[in-house]
Formats: sequence, structure tokens, C-alpha cells
Amino acid sequence: MTHRLAAAAVLVATCLAASLAPRAQATGPVPAADDAAIVHALSRLGFGPRPGDVERVKAIGLAAWIEGQLEPRRLDDRAAAQALAALPTLTMSTAELHREYPRPDLRQKSADPQMAPRELFNRPPPEKRPVRIVAEMQAARMVRAIESERQLEEVMVDFWFNHFNVHAAKGEVKWYLTSYERDVIRPHALGTFGDLLRGTATHPAMLFYLDNWLSTRPNFTVPFGANRGKRAGLNENYARELMELHTLGVDGGYTQTDVTEVARAFTGWTIERPRDDARFVFRPRMHDRGEKTVLGTRLTSGGGQDDGERVLSLLVHHPATARFVATKLVRRFVVDEPPPALVERVAATFRGTDGDVRAMLRTIVAAPEFWAADARGAKIKKPFEYVASAVRAMGGHVDARAGFFLARAAAEMGEGLYGAQPPTGYPDRAEAWVNAGALLARMNFALALTQRRLPGVTLDLSPLAADAAAPDAALDRLLAALLHGEAGAQTRAVLTAQLTNPEIRRQTPDDRGPANTDVAKLAALVIGSPEFQRR
Amino acid sequence: MLTRRALLKGGACALAAVAAPPRFLARAAAAADGRRKVLVAVFQRGAVDGLSMIVPHGDRDYAAARAAIAIRPPRAGDAGAAVDLDGFFGLHPALAPLVPFWQSRALAVVHACGSPDKTRSHFDAQDYMDGWLARAAMTVPAPRSPFRAVALGSTLPRVLRGDAGAISLASLDRFDVRGTAEAAVARKGFESLYEQGVHDLLHGTGRETFEAVRMLKSANASRLAPANGAEYPRSRLGESLRQIAQLIRADVGLEIAFTDADGWDTHVGQGAEQGQLANRLRDFGAALAAFAQDLGDRMTDVVVLTMSEFGRTVAENGNRGTDHGHATAMLLLGGGVRGGTVYGRWPGLARERLYEGRDLAVTTDFRALFAEVAGRHLAIAKPATLFPGWSGGSALGVLS
Repeated sequence: MTHRLAAAAVLVATCLAASLAPRAQATGPVPAADDAAIVHALSRLGFGPRPGDVERVKAIGLAAWIEGQLEPRRLDDRAAAQALAALPTLTMSTAELHREYPRPDLRQKSADPQMAPRELFNRPPPEKRPVRIVAEMQAARMVRAIESERQLEEVMVDFWFNHFNVHAAKGEVKWYLTSYERDVIRPHALGTFGDLLRGTATHPAMLFYLDNWLSTRPNFTVPFGANRGKRAGLNENYARELMELHTLGVDGGYTQTDVTEVARAFTGWTIERPRDDARFVFRPRMHDRGEKTVLGTRLTSGGGQDDGERVLSLLVHHPATARFVATKLVRRFVVDEPPPALVERVAATFRGTDGDVRAMLRTIVAAPEFWAADARGAKIKKPFEYVASAVRAMGGHVDARAGFFLARAAAEMGEGLYGAQPPTGYPDRAEAWVNAGALLARMNFALALTQRRLPGVTLDLSPLAADAAAPDAALDRLLAALLHGEAGAQTRAVLTAQLTNPEIRRQTPDDRGPANTDVAKLAALVIGSPEFQRR
Repeated sequence: MLTRRALLKGGACALAAVAAPPRFLARAAAAADGRRKVLVAVFQRGAVDGLSMIVPHGDRDYAAARAAIAIRPPRAGDAGAAVDLDGFFGLHPALAPLVPFWQSRALAVVHACGSPDKTRSHFDAQDYMDGWLARAAMTVPAPRSPFRAVALGSTLPRVLRGDAGAISLASLDRFDVRGTAEAAVARKGFESLYEQGVHDLLHGTGRETFEAVRMLKSANASRLAPANGAEYPRSRLGESLRQIAQLIRADVGLEIAFTDADGWDTHVGQGAEQGQLANRLRDFGAALAAFAQDLGDRMTDVVVLTMSEFGRTVAENGNRGTDHGHATAMLLLGGGVRGGTVYGRWPGLARERLYEGRDLAVTTDFRALFAEVAGRHLAIAKPATLFPGWSGGSALGVLS
């Protein structure tokens, strides 16, 4: 789609929204690419505005900015790349990771029977332990969400990782994780659903996480490895989650028989040299050669690797998959309870484009539902989104070290990156994230951030403190910078009352401002406010 | 899921439709003695294999279905085998710490118990549990406390989502606005930000949070060391149960507590008397036993109820593990439990008796068990109404 067409799409959306105005009386029609619309786009298609972002988007035009986000490879991303250079594991192959961060030799245990496996894992220095691989991945996600110009790509990496979740702490997964995200999720985040599905189905991380690498025809005798000589057989873990969570959805019309048949189709899809370069391999001897029937389609006997390929193809083209993926995309970008009409339009795009992610995103941003007044601020930020958006809003810059601390902060709020054990990944609904302990963790993060207690995060408060001599002006500037006109009356009143608080009205000038309003303390309250939890 | 808070946001008309009068006040007798009844729900996330936890060693089809993972039947002098309960069922040997509670009749088992859901989906199965503990918390006839319903963990589980204002927290120690000198000012500031105004999920949660923070501060619950020589395992479950005991002993008004333990989704290498599942059960048994020991006499007011999404296949799969099945076993521990008995009709493990030819059939709908606990233990008048669209089932008699 050309820029002009994209602009037209936004215009169409705007006009459509205007025509729906009587139903959304409270705030009237959606204004064409006004500041509020830009803030909305930056908050939904990215991790929220940084200082100056609204002006930058206005300068190039909202439609052009969106179009640019859909073509991330063309965006210069030097700042992020520079910060990421301090994380050596990101570019390593699985074989290198196994070599550089070796699994402790559990046989050493016999030398000291008192030593627990955990101690064995903790014996190397921290930067050489296998968990370091996961820690660098977490840090990288944080750094990218904050520093990358390719905001939509980062949003989609997070989205697809959760959709095709693997749990870093399960067995070998941590050595496969780097490649899984770098070589499968990221390259296809704005590509096609079929590529994502095939990529995950054949990646060691997924093969290991959902146990398919061990699934064999009945009475297969394991020829080598730890289980040599033992019998092996069918394991239906991947087959079930493939249909329930990756494609059709739980109500997508499959049966237990389909689960078993799909599992049979994928027997022999396994991992070669799992503790070295860990490559996908199809092993015909492990494969169940018999005939299968999947969702009413017969796979004649002797299909070999093609059985699994055909199942993936059946699933990609199944209408339930289009609907399921569309529902999740609309939930991510629009509202927790997706409007059925929009889901249907996005599903139609899926069907019409063979699962083209860009095309589906275009359908969403062209939808009046996306721009509707009641969709704005309707989503509660997940912890990852909250942390990234807070640092961005404060004009913060981060290095790799900050990434570690910020990831830990998100974990305290309930979202430890790569740490979701169930194959659902992390939920994308308010109820999952709004609760007492997590809310306090958010407030504590707001304090730590604004009081500059987070190593590696650089905050320049001077633009916010420019009017600190006049408390009312300082507050206005702060609310404009952080909440972009979304401050509720209650929040404004509470913060105004704070202006006379002696703790906020400090006497000694310093780098938080030349005069007597502690902008950092006010900012903590704004970042912890109800309004800032929303996007 | 439509919560009252969601409706509040939707408008006053919607509110009027659900704001039921407090019909249950008549049964407030339970609270009259000043000590509240407490229900502690422990969720075995991932679907526990009930056939390894509570071993049907007397079923002649049991061992044959599980060549590599069946638990050895009880035998005199074999400490590594199942511990016999009643001549037919036995406890997994890793659950040995629970044996004294079985002997003193504080521990009961409900077997072949499960969800009416057909999908064997971890996530669908939980739909049937959605919000029932939250609804129970709202109907308990007792004065309201911010700690009435508490989940240990950093997210609120689905069973407690709803409008009961359940609190979730990962750690009592960290449950406050913390930091340096600025913490006090900030706490006040944050509190006023969430105090009034909009009735939505965020503000509602914020208000409850600060009420709870104040209460917890004055109760000083986190200072209470385990009593009666109880030693909790140093696991997430052990930590959670230790803190739930602290809340009970600090009298902050706890009625419903929830915690979960994961690692039960044993598709590969489940193990038998030793191994992956045994390790999980060892932690589980030790944590429950420590909890009961810690609370001592106070256990007369407490029932611990364990639950899981569903059970696992009767036959082991190709990797000495088990895939998703149907019925499982649930445990009850505490005061008022008519223990020392395995409840529920045993459907048998012969192939023709299995659900769809592969799973232990459900003979007790878990809603019947949950309703019985809510009715008998928490004195909720019409417990079947906790489960929308369900008309109720017959009681097992597991609680007096």
C-alpha cells in the first residue's frame, strides 16, 4: 500500500468515526490526526510517546508514521543497536551458547553429594551461568521497547512470543531461546502467520517446550542417548496446544481424536544434537507411517514429514484460525472485549491475504473501532508495557545494564519476560494485571524511576523542571508531558493539593529545578496514577 | 466475565440489576463467636495426576496401564511404596507427611472428581472455576475486611476475579509503598489519587490496596514466626502457605485464601516413587503438613481444599509421562473435615469404564464438592448459585 492509500485509510477511518458520532457522544467525532490521535497511535502501536514524539509524528504525518512502522527494516535503529552491543549472547548461535554457557556437569555431583543441583548451576561466575542467556534476552527486550525506532515491530515480537510461548526455565529451552526469538519470531513478526507457525513448529525451542521432540510411533525403541534401549511412543502435548492455542482456539471444532491424529502426524519431528547446534530434523524411523484423519481430511499412509506440513497448512487455512488470531490482535490493539464486527473484518483480511500480518494491522488501524473515543485509554498496560512507557515518557535513555533492572521491575509486577510457564503466555486483559500487590509494585517502580534509583537509566528532568519556579505552570507542563491531556479532574486536584506539600515545595534548588517544586516527586505520582496505567 | 466493577463503569442501570440485597445476613451466626472460618484453596496448576497422588492400588487395571510410572502397592516394610489408606487406595510415598492427618481423620480425599468440561484444555477447565471463590467471599456472612479474600502471587487467579475486592500479594513484607524518605509522602499521594472519582477496576483496586496496607501494618503479620515447630519447605508453595498462616494468626479477617503450585503438567518423565512428580508431591505434602502444624488448634476453623484443572490419562504415554485426562483427586484437610475416608464413587480403570476409552471418568462434579465446602464450612446459604447455570448436586458428606 502506498503512503497515499494509507493516508486515505486513516481519513476513511476518521470519516467513519465521525459518522458514528451519535453513538459516541461523550467526546464527539474523532478529529483528523490531532494530537490525541497521535498519542493514541504511539501508545497502541508502540510503547508510548517520548518527549517530542507527538511533534515528530505530526511533522511526517500520522499515516506516514504508521506506514513507516509497518516497514521497520527501513527505519534507522542505531541507538538501540548501540545499547544492545553490550549483550554478547544476542548474536550467538545455539552451538556457541552451549559452548560459552555450558550446562554444569551434573556428574560432578558425585564428587560432593551434598551439593544441590542449584548450587552446581550457581558455581560459575554470574556472567557465565546459563541463566545469563535469559537475562540478556530480557534486558534486550526492555532496551528495544524503550530505545528502538521500530516500535510496532517490538509490540508484535511481544505479541507473537506470547502467542507461541515457550518457557525459558524448562530444560534446554534457555539455550534455544535466543535463536527462537531472533530467527523465527522477529523476522516474521510483521510477515505471515504461516511462516510463524512453520517456524515455531520446527524450532527446537517449541519442539522441546511442548515435548514433540520425544513423540514417536508406538513401540519405538530409542537407539541412542539417555533413554537408549527404552521404548517410546506418542506424546500429544504439542498437538493439543497447536490447535487450542496457536491456531483454531479451544472452540475451534477439533476433537480428542483430532489431537491424537495430529500428534501422530508430527511423530519424528525432533531435534538433532540437542546439546550442540540443535537443529530440526525429521526422523522417518520415529514417524508413525499409518493413515491419519485430521479435521475430516485424510492423510494417506507413508506421508512422512509431509504429514506435519499438511496439518500446518490445514490449520493455517482453517476459518477458525483466522477468527482466533483476529480476536487476539483486536484484543491487543483495541479493547479487551473485541467487537465482533471488527474481528470479522480482520479475520476476512487474514483469509484474503493468507495470514498477512501487515494487512491485518492495516485493517485494524483503518477501523473506526480503533480510533473510537471509548477505545482510547481502554487498555491497561501490561507490566512490560508500563515499565517501557514510563521510561519513555520521562525522556529516559537506557543502556544494557538498565535492561536487567527494568526486566526485574516488570517481573515484580507479575510479568517476568520469558517466564510464563503455561503455553498461553501472558494474558492481555486488565483483570489479570490489576490487583493490589501488582499496583503497589507499579507505584514503587514509579518512585524508583523518578528518584533515579535505577542503574543505567538516564533521566533528564530539566525540560520538565523548566517552570518549577511557578508551581502551577510546572504541574501543567508535567501533566501535558506525561498524560497528554488525559489527566482526570481527581488526579489534577490531588496533584494541585500536593503543590503546597512542604515535601514537594522544597527550599533548596538543585538539578531538579532552579526553584521550589520537586518535579521528580510530582512525576512519581503521575507515573503511578490511574491514568498512566492505561494506554 | 462481567464483574460488578465492570458494570459500575457501564452505568447505574446495570448496577441496580445486580445489587442483590444481603440475603445471607440471617446466617451470620458463623461469625458470632468472633473467629472466622477460613477456606484455603491450593491449586495444582497444570493438572495433577490423581492416580499417582492417590494410588488406586486395589484396582487390578492400575499397574498394567502404567508400566514405567505406576506406584508400587503398599507392602509391610516397604517405605518406598504407596502408603495404604483403606485397603484400596494409597498415598504416594512422597506425601508421607500427611499420614498423621489421615490417621487423626483431619484429611479426606475425593477421588474421580473433576470438571464437567469436555475439552481437556487447561484454560477452558478453569472457566468452570471462574470467580466462584470471589462470589463465595462476597456472600460469606461476616463483617467485611480488606483481607477477606487473598491470593498469594503476583497476579489475581481467575477463581478470585470479580467484585469481591480480592487482594493479591506476592509477599507480606513487600506489600507497601517502599523506598527512602519519600515513601510516606508518596503513599499519601498515591492513596488520594486512587481514593475517589471513577468507579472502575483500577480505582477500586487502588482503594482496597491502601486499606489493606494500613491494616497489615498495624497487624504486623509478617513478624509472626511459624509456631509449634513447623518447618515449611523453602519453595513458593511453602512461602505462600507460611504467609497465609501469618494472616490467619494475625486476625486480619481472612476468609478465603488462594495459592497455587505449578509443575504438574507431566507429559514427559513423570517418574514413579521417585522423580519429577514425586518431587512436586514432596513439596506439596511438606507444605500442607507444615501449615497444619503451624496453625495447631486454629486448624479447627480452617479447611484446606486442593484442586486442579483435570486429571491425566490412565495409560502412560510414549515418554513415561501422561497426557491430559479427565478426573483427578482432591484433598481436604482441617477442622470439620470427616477425614480418614476416600469419598466419591470409583468408576474403575477397566478400559470400558474409562471416559472416551482413555481417562478416569468423573463421578463427582467438582462443583458439588466446592458447593459443599462453601455451604458447610463458610455457611453460605445457597452455594449452588456460586456456579452460574448449575442447579446443584448431592452432598458427599465430607464436612460435618
